[in-house]
Amino acid sequence: MKLQIRGGRVIDPANGIDQVTDLFIAYGRITALGEAPDGYTPDQVIDAGGCYVLPGLVDLAARLRQPGQEHKATIASETRAAAAGGITALCCPPDTVPPIDSPAEINLITRLAKAAGQAKVFALGALTADLKGELLSEMAALKAAGCVGVSNTLRPVTTTLVLRRAMEYAGSHDLTVFLHPIDFELANQGCAHEGAVASRLGLPGIPAAAETAAIGQQLALIEQTGVRAHFCRVSTARGAAMIQRAQYDGLPVSMDVCAHQLYLTEIDIGDFNSLCHTQPPLRTLRDRDGLRQCLGRGSIAAISSDHQPHEEDAKLAPFPATEPGISALETLLPLTLQLVDDGVLTLEEAVRRITCGPAQILGLSAGTLSVGAAADVCVYDPEQPWTLDERSLLSAGKNTPFLGWEFAGRVTHTLVDGRVAFELTA
Amino acid sequence: MTLHYPAPGASPASIQITREGRLKHFLTIEGLNRALITEILDTAESFASMNDQSVKKVPLLRGKTVINLFFEASTRTRTTFELAAKRLSADVLNINIGQSSAVKGESLLDTLRNLEAMYCDMFIVRHADSGASQFIAHHVAPHISVLNAGDGRHAHPTQAMLDMFTIRRHKGDFTKLRVAIVGDILHSRVARSQIHALNILNTGEVRVIAPKTLLPAEVEKLGVHVFHDLEQGLRDVDVVIMLRLQKERMQGALLPSEHEYFQLYGLTEERLKVAAPDAIVMHPGPANRGVEISSRVADGPRSVILEQVTNGIAVRMAIMSMVMGANPGGAA
Repeated sequence: MKLQIRGGRVIDPANGIDQVTDLFIAYGRITALGEAPDGYTPDQVIDAGGCYVLPGLVDLAARLRQPGQEHKATIASETRAAAAGGITALCCPPDTVPPIDSPAEINLITRLAKAAGQAKVFALGALTADLKGELLSEMAALKAAGCVGVSNTLRPVTTTLVLRRAMEYAGSHDLTVFLHPIDFELANQGCAHEGAVASRLGLPGIPAAAETAAIGQQLALIEQTGVRAHFCRVSTARGAAMIQRAQYDGLPVSMDVCAHQLYLTEIDIGDFNSLCHTQPPLRTLRDRDGLRQCLGRGSIAAISSDHQPHEEDAKLAPFPATEPGISALETLLPLTLQLVDDGVLTLEEAVRRITCGPAQILGLSAGTLSVGAAADVCVYDPEQPWTLDERSLLSAGKNTPFLGWEFAGRVTHTLVDGRVAFELTA
Repeated sequence: MTLHYPAPGASPASIQITREGRLKHFLTIEGLNRALITEILDTAESFASMNDQSVKKVPLLRGKTVINLFFEASTRTRTTFELAAKRLSADVLNINIGQSSAVKGESLLDTLRNLEAMYCDMFIVRHADSGASQFIAHHVAPHISVLNAGDGRHAHPTQAMLDMFTIRRHKGDFTKLRVAIVGDILHSRVARSQIHALNILNTGEVRVIAPKTLLPAEVEKLGVHVFHDLEQGLRDVDVVIMLRLQKERMQGALLPSEHEYFQLYGLTEERLKVAAPDAIVMHPGPANRGVEISSRVADGPRSVILEQVTNGIAVRMAIMSMVMGANPGGAA
């Protein structure tokens, strides 16, 4: 199978390419850029005139809800939604039911993802057994089964001693530790940012210090153990600045921010809008602007979707009783590109944050259009305005506060291993 | 089913007012205008005079069914709502849900749907979660009105209205008043509603007095002056509102002991001397004597605590009749 993508603006930050040209694909791989290889006759041509041709997006965090929560979503439904959003590789955190703490879960997920044949799925393994934060998981076995890192997700590690040992053990196996910076005592079961809005609405608050205190402690342990670490979904300006400083000091740390934290703030909770119930919570305008600054400086190397699809009932309750999270696969690309219009990032840098940036954090070779690389490609028409509504969402989760938002452009084709996984129908 | 979610950034309380500016639900004080609050107080005044008469019933809500839907225990609030509804000739059903349905796995929405099927006209709701009454108002059948009898730490608007009613009866004009609210503001839905009501009524100065552990973040943005010292905070105030201190606050390391709390924030006759000579003392009840207030003050000449309870009936009658669109003009 040979496929030619003709006349698009090819943007490949990893190789410093931004030019209008043709992309040639054969047998699942990118074979040439610009000039067709000798004797190349395409079976299919995609006319990408006026479109961006991007590396397929890489998402650092998407809950697929399988195994264990198939009433919310499945690997099949969510990888299809990912492809519709231009995402060709995604990483699922280990807080499935049961958690990903043995090769069995990784094998199951890999099998289901292969069968679905859409976006590629990579898994993080549990940092501690059953994510209980008490005993180490069998990290060597997890790594052998293919996990791309280890994390305790949004569950507490019981003591700093266990965290230190888990970091040391992960480091011994050359695994990156993915940390969610939350001091659970300080968070104290809150459900909104501790500030003017939570005070007015009487919602139990999560102070910014719940994040910064955890970052301080985790940075100290990273320095002690020398482990490679990634900070997930940083939500405060102060926290991002602390990690940025650690980077300048030479610590092997990276961080990402989820797209909605670059747009929404505590104010969007408005009149108890449960669609804006997230964890970490939506913070202040200053936090949002601080995160945008760190993104512009490059200290935040990736933007993730933090996709968390829910069934309707999960959001149909009084705010504190609802489940946190946003269905976000299909808004990752439009929200990221909107940052270009907002003057936060150049187009190349914006694309980098959702392709080779996250791929590098995961240690994957994905996120580029290098000749010889897997032909994971996203074709995006920057001038095809649309409005996000429930019907247009392919994800099983319709829980997004961005319903009704207008976006400038949309994905027209997504290729996974040279195969058309998604094509926009008129 | 198509879901209706409030749009992000929707102004709070917008669903409780009809397009014509009438009360449809009564969920929070925030967002109400002064004219409407004054109308509630005036209407309550007409019911209050009626409560002194030997025949205490009016037929304004005859044929209407009111359901007291309490997901959290309450004696005083539930009783005064029940009495108010009965004096308006409504049929009243008390349902104490507590934890039982939650344990059975029935969702709040299921519970609502079942009660709606019983053809009732008004839900009076108390729930432990902030925003619960707003949620219910968003999802009930359109003919049903929802009255918030306390949701989490968010709002207790009828309590705030009866407090305003009591203050107005004693002090008249709010613009010249200094009002201090003392105690656990952080966990208090009563305090939040009082602060909104006092500010909408243009109260001269609203103060909160508490240690930082009992104050919500950025509380000053609600429109109050913050004091950590009781004596400074009480200086020259016309109204002192004491809040109940829940005993479990010691567990959360919010306070060292009841003893120290009373030493620092307990209202005694001695402490009250710095307030205006005719200052009144209020408490939403039930009071912990010897913890936040001494018996001599609670039972003393400045105390209007029992009046608050009595006024609660007239104020709730006024609000119930207004949300049901009944004309209380003939009631007086």
